[in-house]
Amino acid sequence: MISKDKLKNLSINEIIEKYPYTEGFFEDQKLAVDDKDKSLKEIFSELTIEEMEDVVFDLDQFAGSLTSHIRNMQEFLGENDSIVGTLSIVAGKDKDGEWENYEKLDIKSGEIISIVGPTGSGKSRLLADIEWTAQGDTPTERQILINDEVPDKKWRFTGGKKLVAQLSQNMNFVMDLSVMEFLNLHAESRLIDNQEDVVERIFKEANQLAGEQFGRETQITSLSGGQSRALMIADTAILSSSPIILIDEIENAGINREKALELLVGEEKIVLMATHDPILALMGDKRIIINNGGIKDIIETTGEEKELMKELKVLDKVMTDLRDDLRYGNNLSRISDELAEIKTA
Amino acid sequence: MNLVTFSGPPSSGKTAVILKTIEAIQQRGLKVGVVKFDCLYTDDDELYRKAGVPVKKGLSGSLCPDHYFVSNIEEVVQWGKERDLDLLITESAGLCNRCSPYIKDIKAICVIDNLSGINTPKKIGPMLKTADIVVITKGDIVSQAEREVFASRVSTVNPDAMVMNVNGLTGQGAFEFSTLLYDEEDHIETVTGKKLRFSMPSAMCSYCLGETRIGKEHQLGNVRKIELGDE
Ligand SMILES: Nc1nc2c(ncn2[C@@H]2O[C@H](COP(=O)(O)OP(=O)(O)OP(=O)(O)O)[C@@H](O)[C@H]2O)c(=O)[nH]1
Ligand SMILES: Nc1ncnc2c1ncn2[C@@H]1O[C@H](COP(=O)(O)OP(=O)(O)O)[C@@H](O)[C@H]1O
Ligand SMILES: [Mg+2]
Ligand SMILES: [Mg+2]
Ligand SMILES: [Zn+2]
Ligand SMILES: [Zn+2]
Repeated sequence: MISKDKLKNLSINEIIEKYPYTEGFFEDQKLAVDDKDKSLKEIFSELTIEEMEDVVFDLDQFAGSLTSHIRNMQEFLGENDSIVGTLSIVAGKDKDGEWENYEKLDIKSGEIISIVGPTGSGKSRLLADIEWTAQGDTPTERQILINDEVPDKKWRFTGGKKLVAQLSQNMNFVMDLSVMEFLNLHAESRLIDNQEDVVERIFKEANQLAGEQFGRETQITSLSGGQSRALMIADTAILSSSPIILIDEIENAGINREKALELLVGEEKIVLMATHDPILALMGDKRIIINNGGIKDIIETTGEEKELMKELKVLDKVMTDLRDDLRYGNNLSRISDELAEIKTA
Repeated sequence: MNLVTFSGPPSSGKTAVILKTIEAIQQRGLKVGVVKFDCLYTDDDELYRKAGVPVKKGLSGSLCPDHYFVSNIEEVVQWGKERDLDLLITESAGLCNRCSPYIKDIKAICVIDNLSGINTPKKIGPMLKTADIVVITKGDIVSQAEREVFASRVSTVNPDAMVMNVNGLTGQGAFEFSTLLYDEEDHIETVTGKKLRFSMPSAMCSYCLGETRIGKEHQLGNVRKIELGDE
């Protein structure tokens, strides 16, 4: 590990050569540097009062902050310790303080789990327990294990690497960037090697998920809802550092939901999704039933349900085609006599 | 009594986060009060009062709110003690990028929002750089990628801070955050003798002190001149 005092005697150029990611650090810290061959010590001794105010820290604090940054980045780049093979949820209590009637639920990477239950039943609480890697210290008293061990506390607090990535219905893009600029910016923050290939792959995958195609130069803020979500999902699957993905209600998404889930689990992520959409729910390997704050049941998707899925997809296709017809100004035609006979009231 | 100082840019979600956090802290049977520092106007005190939280506000007028904060914090601490608070929270409008109200050995929290733009972390100076915990809000309306990029920028500016996402509307993350705020072992009787983490601007300029006339002969103290160059 680098020491603070050693850093003070190195020149900016030497530091950047050894730890390339510190270049952005020097910029963001607003340290006035006229000659990058000077050591930190020399630079600080020559700062004017105004420049001192800009940088906020004195030499010792600055070197300490730089040490922390290097440590954070080394941790961030050490991908190995972030592989989540198994995520386990150890039973806690429901809102009445009754123990949940399972012991431990193991979820393996590449698995999709749906979470169902009425509003207020505790779906978001369960997702929050996972995000916080709860250790009996939340209202449910559940415990979260990763690879069968109590997880490192770093998952709770680091700015760089979070355990959980989230996708939800009301997310937008807010930056004024083109699709490619945006992907490159994200890739840069991840410090990956083969940036160009990765960015290109995300662009292609996103276009396959989207109902309507979009270009590389399109401003992300002008993408349609479906296109935005397609880009967010492809980007999260391929570029997010988080091994677990929480999806909160993405029905009516205007994207190919099946492909989207395939893409996410194909990247060896664990996917948990709170949903009321039967197609999405049945895409899960299991579903967690929540009521009154507790997990009431864990159901494996049955053979009949897998069959039902085929029928649901037909219904889904019918609706999609009708929407397309509407969009392109066609007249709509009837579907079948059998359907017409079913009473809905 | 514990003392915690919050600061952060205008409308970043300080009040929203504090209110959600107080809910969680009150469930532990602790008594919480808030003092809000602002410049010209605030109705945050109404929001706290509605939530049944004892509250006072102080308006600094044309003074920098952080200068006003240090001049009054001792009285505020005594106010909290008289009311037997377990936790006293101060909320400061982070209107001055030169100053921060953080005190050494007193927990310092900066609230900043995802919508403020990815260059904001490096713009706001000591308020972010010297905080112990940085809370990022409004994650619900931006993409996962933007959240990641923003959080990594925050970490670059303040590598020692704990960085947490809290949603001021739904309260997601507020329970978890609340567990970091109160420490039974902590007892603040007074802040007299404690020191600010970052000294407020070394000198004031004549305009800080009420000068209104424009022109070189009226500029005294800490004056910086704009560099316009030749191009
Ligand atoms: N969508 C969303 N809105 C939020 C969130 N947090 C706060 N807001 C909204 O942002 C606006 C400003 O929040 P406040 O809590 O008043 O911000 P503040 O930092 O206390 O503002 P000042 O004290 O006036 O500087 C309010 O309308 C909040 O409802 C969040 O996480 N998500
Ligand atoms: N086991 C539990 N014990 C105590 N409170 C709980 C429990 N589970 C959930 N809650 C609380 O109930 C409320 C509603 O839960 P939430 O997760 O938001 O529901 P949903 O997302 O299903 O609508 C929240 O305030 C949550 O903290
Ligand atoms: Mg919910
Ligand atoms: Mg406020
Ligand atoms: Zn100031
Ligand atoms: Zn001034």
